[in-house]
Amino acid sequence: MSDPGSGSHPLAARMDRRLAIKWMLAASAGALLVDPLGLSAAAPGPAPGGYGKDPDLLKEHKPGDYWPLTFSEGARRDVAALCNLIIPMDDRSPSASSLGVHDFIDEWVSAPYPAQAKDRTIILEGLAWVDAQSRRRFGVAFSDASPEERLSLCGEMAPEAPAGSELERPSRFFRRFRNLTLAGFFSTPVGMKDLGYVGNVPLPRFEGPPADLVERLGLTGEVTW
Amino acid sequence: MALIDPASAAQTYDVIVVGSGAAGGQAAYTLTMEGARVLMLEAGRNYEPRTESPMFQTPDAAPLRGQGTPGKPFGFFDATIDGGWSVPGEPYTNASAEPGRNFTWWRARMLGGRTNHWGRISLRNGPYDFKPRSRDGLGFDWPISYEDVAPYYDKVEMLIGVYGTNEGLENTPSSPEGVLLPPPKARIGELLAKQRGRTLGIPVIPIHRAVLSQPLDHVSIPAKLHPGNAKAQRILAEDMQNRAACFWATPCGRGCAIRANYQSTTVHIPPAMATGNLDLITNAMVREVTVGPSGKATGVTFIDKTTGREHHVSARAVVLGASACETARLLLNSKSALFPDGLANSSGLVGKYIMDTVGADFGGQVPLLESLPPHNEDGAGGGHVYVPWWLYKEQAAGKLGFARGYHVEFGTGKMMPEGYIDMGESADGRATFGSRLREEARRYYGSFVSFTGRGDMIPNKDSYCEIDPKVVDKWGIPVLRFTWKWSEHEIRQVAHMQRTFADWITAMGGTYKTPPEADGRKAIKPGGWIIHEVGGTIMGEKASSSVTNSWSQTWDVRNLFVADGGVFASNADKNPTLTIMALAWRTADRVLDEMRKGNI
Repeated sequence: MSDPGSGSHPLAARMDRRLAIKWMLAASAGALLVDPLGLSAAAPGPAPGGYGKDPDLLKEHKPGDYWPLTFSEGARRDVAALCNLIIPMDDRSPSASSLGVHDFIDEWVSAPYPAQAKDRTIILEGLAWVDAQSRRRFGVAFSDASPEERLSLCGEMAPEAPAGSELERPSRFFRRFRNLTLAGFFSTPVGMKDLGYVGNVPLPRFEGPPADLVERLGLTGEVTW
Repeated sequence: MALIDPASAAQTYDVIVVGSGAAGGQAAYTLTMEGARVLMLEAGRNYEPRTESPMFQTPDAAPLRGQGTPGKPFGFFDATIDGGWSVPGEPYTNASAEPGRNFTWWRARMLGGRTNHWGRISLRNGPYDFKPRSRDGLGFDWPISYEDVAPYYDKVEMLIGVYGTNEGLENTPSSPEGVLLPPPKARIGELLAKQRGRTLGIPVIPIHRAVLSQPLDHVSIPAKLHPGNAKAQRILAEDMQNRAACFWATPCGRGCAIRANYQSTTVHIPPAMATGNLDLITNAMVREVTVGPSGKATGVTFIDKTTGREHHVSARAVVLGASACETARLLLNSKSALFPDGLANSSGLVGKYIMDTVGADFGGQVPLLESLPPHNEDGAGGGHVYVPWWLYKEQAAGKLGFARGYHVEFGTGKMMPEGYIDMGESADGRATFGSRLREEARRYYGSFVSFTGRGDMIPNKDSYCEIDPKVVDKWGIPVLRFTWKWSEHEIRQVAHMQRTFADWITAMGGTYKTPPEADGRKAIKPGGWIIHEVGGTIMGEKASSSVTNSWSQTWDVRNLFVADGGVFASNADKNPTLTIMALAWRTADRVLDEMRKGNI
């Protein structure tokens, strides 16, 4: 699937994405026309293929099993830091990155499918913006910025930005990134436990909801079978 | 007899069954249990749910956390293999690119077909559903009535195992005492919907699904299903004991390794195999039903997908259960000097009047269901309750503006989080994050309720399939071209669903983000989307206005039968699978009867 032997230069057809990201970096970082995350090199579209229509459903899969991943080490660190702002560690469960959510996001944006390809554009542009802002304002990569600095950048992206405004795309990126983080976190056994999902275990009988809960909601009379 | 390769096929069989899903599985079961020698042909690969079903896997074990892709549209763990909205190398086309004129066709190229992943909802058509034209002047009456099919509903329910209750509601038939298995208890959100639905006049009752809520009665059922047939009784009694009752975990759509729900591969095919009367060839793409000089079917020609080689097999009778549209395609492609317009097509109606179920959803968030104490809500996989159509009188009085009804299915509870979690945004549109988001996730999870409407579609002359004059599949077989159109009845029905569901969410104290859609055109799912394709070889009273007689026997070719949903002359709101099986059993009885009499 990956084609390491084909040389280091992206194909001409992939130029659109690279130019878009460079343009965005330029727009957001003034004259700074560098790409420290290597996103423009990563920008070639997703690999062809996929897992087909008859994959092994019983095998445990890891990101990267079916298609090559995208993020450089630097991008991966930024993504982990951003994931952890969205779902930090607390007294009940660990942070998003400790469950591999950043690797899930890498797998997602690298996937050779149309829905994910659309997200790829949004996520890579957004990451480029975040990193460029961080370097311009704080002088370091986003993952090396202080917690307060990271929070302030998130806070800028969180409100719904009006169409056409400077923050429209960062805000759209943040929403999409947040939902991917939620999906990646809560679909793990640890995340499920955090939410209070206690199913997926065989039971001798299905008992229905606890009687005291039924009573508390005034539904006792509804239990007719 | 067993799973064989094409070279091992016998010289001739009593019956060739094309397809292995609800129709082919049931036909082959009935025929082999009663002693007929059957060859079943399946276009997909062999499939063994006992060893292939991902039963307890969590989404993090799957690529993309298990979310749907073009390869696996219903998610990675969905049982469908080599199928979906597109099948590589096997295209279909649409005549119109206009919105609302497209048909989307779901296929599953695997043993057992779509029964491996279906919702297991098993509702009987009611008396009205077989005579809709007599009631409202639209569509067609079937040439059979509820009474003709009722004994077969009884048999199928006893064979596959269906939970539910008899509530005696209008056009919602009861099963005989002792046939249904006990229903699982309602979930907390379902109880709340039941209570608040009452204020709107909406009756919430246990749904009927083909899931074993307790083991089947292997002592008394076999004798009821196969009276006087000791061998069949013995085989079925043994097979029923090898089916475990539901252990209330893992979604039915993944397939069931313990055989607690119905799929053809766990319920129909194992006993049929045990009779020794069934040969099965997989990867067999049937191209044509062949006919002899007398105009009778002689067998079928198929392509072995593994070698690309063509084979012919012969039999006294041919039963088609390839799926409504695939069966129509096969007949239209079976052209000969005797049948230049395709087989069994003297009426010109093969491929005409295809139908799907009308579908639309609406959901909201219900604060009463927030932050509930954790308890296991997995249950029997799908919903435990539903609403049968309840406005017959209003409809008859002309108050609704559309002619046919719908039933309502539910989505509630703390189901396994798979992928996207619907999460809060503040009133000002601010996307929350950090500890506040964590708190919101815990609070909102399990507080969402969705209603799904499933409605009757009236057959119309603008919804049909035909052979595309230009496009062939990778085997060189001409493909189907679809034309589709909803009528105002379906469009208005969907608008009614939207209004009703929104009122219901409100009655539950809930809210919704987007208002109900007043224009049904914007809320109705595309044709084919609900995967209830029926029609295309409809049954009727006369050879000039239908493709088969009341026994699903084609008018033009006496030893050619249609066992799948193709024969449906209308498509009630009830999910079609149970009716397909009941009719397939009845058709198989007719085949046996015709063979006994020497008619075929």
